[in-house]
Amino acid sequence: MRRFSQLYARLDATRSTIAKVAAMAEYFAEAPATDAAWAVYFLTGRRLKRVIGPMALRRWVAEATGFDDWLVEECHATVGDLAETIALIVDTTRDGMPDGIERSLSAWVEALRPLRDADEATQRAAVLGWWRALPADELFLLDKLLTGALRVGVSRKLVVRALSKHTGVPEDVMMHRLTGRWSPTASFFAGLVAPVDAGAEAPPSKLYPYFLATPLEGSVEEIAAQLGARDDWQLEWKWDGIRGQLIRRAGEVFVWSRGEELVTERFPDVVEAAAGLPDGTVLDGELLAWRDGAPLPFAQLQRRLNRKTVGKKLRAEVPVAFMVYDMLEDGGEDIRGLPLSERRARLEALVAPLDHPRFPISPVVAARDWAAAGERREAARDRGVEGLMVKRLDSPYRTGRPRGDWWKWKLDPLTVDAVLIYAQPGSGRRATLLTDYTFGVWRGDELVPFAKAYSGLSDDEIATLDRWLRSHTVQKFGPVRQVEPMQVFEIAFEGIRRSTRHKSGVAVRFPRMVRWRTDKAPGEADTLAMVEGLIEG
Amino acid sequence: MTAELLTVGAGGLVCARAGVHVDPAEAVPRALITHAHADHVRPDAGEYWCAAPGAALVARRAGAGATVHAVAYGEEVVFGDVKASWHPAGHMLGSAQIRLEDTVSGEVWVVAGDYKRASDPTCRGFEPVRCDVFVSEATFGLPIYRWPDPIDVIDELVGWWRVGAAAGRCSVVFAYAVGKSQRILGHLAGRGDLPGPVWLHGAPAVFCELYREAGVALAETAGLVVDAPSKKALRGALVLAPLSAQGTAWMKRLGPVQTAFASGWMRIRGTRRRKGYDRGLLLSDHADWPALLCTIDESGAGRVRFWPGHGEALARHLRGQGRDARVMGAEAGR
Repeated sequence: MRRFSQLYARLDATRSTIAKVAAMAEYFAEAPATDAAWAVYFLTGRRLKRVIGPMALRRWVAEATGFDDWLVEECHATVGDLAETIALIVDTTRDGMPDGIERSLSAWVEALRPLRDADEATQRAAVLGWWRALPADELFLLDKLLTGALRVGVSRKLVVRALSKHTGVPEDVMMHRLTGRWSPTASFFAGLVAPVDAGAEAPPSKLYPYFLATPLEGSVEEIAAQLGARDDWQLEWKWDGIRGQLIRRAGEVFVWSRGEELVTERFPDVVEAAAGLPDGTVLDGELLAWRDGAPLPFAQLQRRLNRKTVGKKLRAEVPVAFMVYDMLEDGGEDIRGLPLSERRARLEALVAPLDHPRFPISPVVAARDWAAAGERREAARDRGVEGLMVKRLDSPYRTGRPRGDWWKWKLDPLTVDAVLIYAQPGSGRRATLLTDYTFGVWRGDELVPFAKAYSGLSDDEIATLDRWLRSHTVQKFGPVRQVEPMQVFEIAFEGIRRSTRHKSGVAVRFPRMVRWRTDKAPGEADTLAMVEGLIEG
Repeated sequence: MTAELLTVGAGGLVCARAGVHVDPAEAVPRALITHAHADHVRPDAGEYWCAAPGAALVARRAGAGATVHAVAYGEEVVFGDVKASWHPAGHMLGSAQIRLEDTVSGEVWVVAGDYKRASDPTCRGFEPVRCDVFVSEATFGLPIYRWPDPIDVIDELVGWWRVGAAAGRCSVVFAYAVGKSQRILGHLAGRGDLPGPVWLHGAPAVFCELYREAGVALAETAGLVVDAPSKKALRGALVLAPLSAQGTAWMKRLGPVQTAFASGWMRIRGTRRRKGYDRGLLLSDHADWPALLCTIDESGAGRVRFWPGHGEALARHLRGQGRDARVMGAEAGR
């Protein structure tokens, strides 16, 4: 694990993407394929199942050092991360230098597997032995593997770039090879780094990397100036579902989510309908809860997503549709290089004749000019959509989120002024700061919690707020601090609905802080009645 | 039981029997100083008493016209019926533990001030002093703090600097202007493998001169960054700067940089990452957990006190082992 630990340290020690890519490329060049496969697995954010729970690890470190629980807890509160806390305590309190363990990353994964079902005495003996022998940095990674929480702060894009740099395989091909389901084996890694033409036949479920849109911001005039002639663009609604890719190949149907998770079983109605498509077809679109030609709220779709399989009752209650908006493969041929106008023509020729209620085609939104397009966007919320998509008619289907051809022109978010009432530490690099906040709005003279938010503040604001919160804590409940209700923030969110699970009776989507309203007193924050007024219908 | 020889007062410790204060924050007639960091030496004391090697540093802090008495390590000075002496603490040039002996009862207190047990070529190493009451610092008083060998950290620094120099960058190490910066230069002195010249921010530069005048060997420095002829001259160089320089206009003089922070706080990954330095160098002038425990044992003290601050966890841990330990100023028997 020495080599992987060094890679982890190099990635951790720099903010430069060039340096991160170089570190990974060097690792891939040096590591044996069995290890490199696992490295790709962890670097792309995949996780192992938990072997041992954090409570047991915490207990064992107290027993091994003779420290009282409160002292271990005090250390944990300072460090913020349990795996790191244990590594530091063990490293600080042992005598002499650890001997080290010569074992590769893949061998470690193998060594941990049988431990999951072992009795506690066996687990404890194994773990304590490893703790004595490993240097602090490897001990930290081992603890992360044990708790199933190993994460590396590097984006998939950079991993793809590093693999591409190492192999000379173009990034979009590498991205394709990394999508979908795979096991971290040596043969998988060999396929990953194989030259382009020698690549084995892709499995039928293989999806194409998604083309993602960039947010479009500014006034209508600015947008008109930026995009140029209206005729060069196709407008569609921005649907409020989940992005999906539907694959019909080798007599089978596969449905992938945006998270590159195979969700075929959750959408049997779509699968049945797709049996009518010719083999060698791949469609890009949006999975929506859909009834009588109109979308249902996102929360309904979530009921389907939360199940592994979907029964008759749920199928009837939450019918779904695959709103088709692009075609990536036609007759087994990759057509992503064709212009959008051509792909759209093929799509309509194929899907329109089916006239299937599960396969609506995302309609082209008519608008004479950009001003008219702006007006259509204003009316989006009434239709249950999030705004407009703006796609260049002559653009190919690209990979990732390159700027220029696909834009999302979303509705302005809803906003509410709310009072910060609870705070707790974040995780990872924010573990030593209070960064997770709960906000309340007024009901009479009581503040009712209505949203939690973590993002939107600058590092400086977070640091300032952290100091303020620590000196204005009223009460602590474990890691959660109740603070004096004095700070007002403008909270933006994308949608709001009634909820019986929340004390306030409302639930909001994607809440985040847009402004610290230091100019407002808590009494000037909004009321629950005003918030309820934002709910449509 | 008679009153304690030392109590908390005037923002420091006060020994009423001797008519002296230790590291007071307020104006007092007579201040005994453990070391020359700004939070231990405030202006406007009637007179200052400190260990001889640090007298010039204390005088600089105290301001023009201050009366500074330099006392050799181990030499005794009598204040009333209390004997005072200064003993090496290893924290920085002239840093001292102050030993106070009540000549009536024979009780001995040692105020350690800030101290470390790791090697430092710019000052005399810590020397244990036996006492009845040991007043320790506990800046890093949790069992997560342990320092690597400083020589290894300096090797890491030079390696990191070499990579930066090869890429044409200026390597900026943020470090306390007094003590830490000179310690780094002390470790670098005599190494034949430095990848480039060393330039200074104005804050450490003043004190580098005082160290050199006191006969401490520091690595050669090229001058002040503000006097550098061009950005090009700083390419491949090492620059020592105080943390307060981070993000200021001064940084713009440096061209492309890589940054590091030299501190014990760099032991924690979250702190290292959140601050956004390219590298955390784990170099501390304080005692780590093993050094705190070892030093407390070597003092032979039956009573252990912590000052200034931070000692709650360590005191509670020691009490759990049946020892008389608490933070100065906190109620007894808590």
